[in-house]
Amino acid sequence: MTRARRIHWFFFAFASVLAVIYAFPFLVVLINAFKEKRSILNDPLGLPNSFKIDNFLLAIKRMGYWQALGNSLLITVISVVAIIITSSMLAYYLSRSKSRFSSITFLVLVASMIVPFQALMIPFVGLFGAKGLNLPGNQFTIAFFYVGFGVALSTFLYHGFISNIPYELDEAAAIDGAGPFTVFRKIILPMLGPVTATVAIINALWIWNDFLLPAITLLDNDQKTLPLKTFVFYGKYTSDYGLAMAGLLLSVIPILIFYFMMQKRIISGISAGAVK
Amino acid sequence: MNTRRQDFKRFLIFALVPLAIFTLVLVVPFTRGVFFSFTDWDGFGFTKFVGFENYILSFQDDTFWASLTLTLAYVLASVILVNGFAFGLALLVTIPLKGVNVLRTTFFVPNLVGGVILGLIWQFIFGQMLPSLAKATGIPIFQDNWLLNTQTAFWAMVIVTVWQQSGYMMIIYVTAIMSIERDVIEAATIDGAGGGKTLWYIKLPLMAQAFTISLFLTMRSAFMAYDVNLALTGGNPYRTTELVSLRVFKEAFAFGHFNTGQSQAIILFVVVAFAAVAQVFVSKRLEVQR
Repeated sequence: MTRARRIHWFFFAFASVLAVIYAFPFLVVLINAFKEKRSILNDPLGLPNSFKIDNFLLAIKRMGYWQALGNSLLITVISVVAIIITSSMLAYYLSRSKSRFSSITFLVLVASMIVPFQALMIPFVGLFGAKGLNLPGNQFTIAFFYVGFGVALSTFLYHGFISNIPYELDEAAAIDGAGPFTVFRKIILPMLGPVTATVAIINALWIWNDFLLPAITLLDNDQKTLPLKTFVFYGKYTSDYGLAMAGLLLSVIPILIFYFMMQKRIISGISAGAVK
Repeated sequence: MNTRRQDFKRFLIFALVPLAIFTLVLVVPFTRGVFFSFTDWDGFGFTKFVGFENYILSFQDDTFWASLTLTLAYVLASVILVNGFAFGLALLVTIPLKGVNVLRTTFFVPNLVGGVILGLIWQFIFGQMLPSLAKATGIPIFQDNWLLNTQTAFWAMVIVTVWQQSGYMMIIYVTAIMSIERDVIEAATIDGAGGGKTLWYIKLPLMAQAFTISLFLTMRSAFMAYDVNLALTGGNPYRTTELVSLRVFKEAFAFGHFNTGQSQAIILFVVVAFAAVAQVFVSKRLEVQR
């Protein structure tokens, strides 16, 4: 074996060991989800004797899994679509308008990204909760909130992209008699494909996994999202390990399916979103 | 005049609705939050201004100091370790190894799952699996449940954070490494630079921007960390592992201390803002120097 090959094998072995360590927690959940409580306590790393799916069936029932999954899907889709529409339009205005107002607005949006949610959470609950405007805790209310919190980053991403589209295109269309909204819809919007993919993925991952905002917004049990239901479920059955593990696995599976369907786009979306 | 009217029309069409939502959801609660932190607000209303009293009370509270120092320690540890691991992983997976895509995916996957779920998974690992494994094999360090001791519970949070975030930051570093033109590396190799020298003198300076971004992102998320903290330790034992975010939540919604809770949230904001500006400022200077 040459020196280069030996080094190559060394790195390969090293990377593989690391990969096993990274995957280990998921493997632990996977093997224990099929086991009974006693065999988990005795031998948490042993393979299950049989692939009984009892834990899963029970977890699905007690968690209200399908409802929670549906809620999460609906909230994510509505919010992401709303964010795409609002932030692409806002970014179009901000990148085309040369007024002072527009540049100040852009700065405020960028600055708002370092405000921690905790810094406004308490008055937020006061303003929109039962003692304030008393908005219903449903998917449209929370989508409205997600637009408010997500519009800054998404506008920022769109802004960088739209600024590179030559203004002459707008002018040419306007001379042909198109109004501002037609110019946006017919000329600009069709060109935004790549950045829209980035915006959609970054926001979908955030909203799907978000915990705190749904926790204070969706108080009705029928509206709760998957992370919320999983957290409650785990707390209730924390000593029934097999059941708890099945619940965790069930809540991980949808996002993994999404990832393996969209792998390339997710990776390129993240690198594109971060470079800005 | 005409262009101003046109601009206003475009504002109405494109910007009014998004900006109204942004203002209502983010700007208004935040401004009210700053305002309320100077009053005797009880969650419903306030009767008088109290100046800096809420802030003074917070700073006189030893448990708040403990939470703030814990948060700073957590930020420091996770920023260093997340980026250290992420950069190391990025170097590893840019070597043309067999199955490199599987490796990248494995390192990245924890990031797809929400912090609460990850926290629960590790709660089982630290609380149940490792102790029973350690007792069976006689390995000493995991015999006690790490989550029952303040020190080890802190490192448990850091470990989960590194596991969760290093894959994401790895992607950013991989993108930066791949964007370095091959000619530059080849030229350096021809000039006699070895692996270490190429890394130090060529790759690192060309990746300065990626470091700025990753450090900023990890720092921001560490300051705001809530999910892993809640699900892994819940602040226990005896509220000694409460990061500021979790503490603010409990102060307000569990104990009804709205005004002091709010002032502590504003302190968190000021610290984040200061640290973010300082970090970007220093990084940008380093970027320019090369």
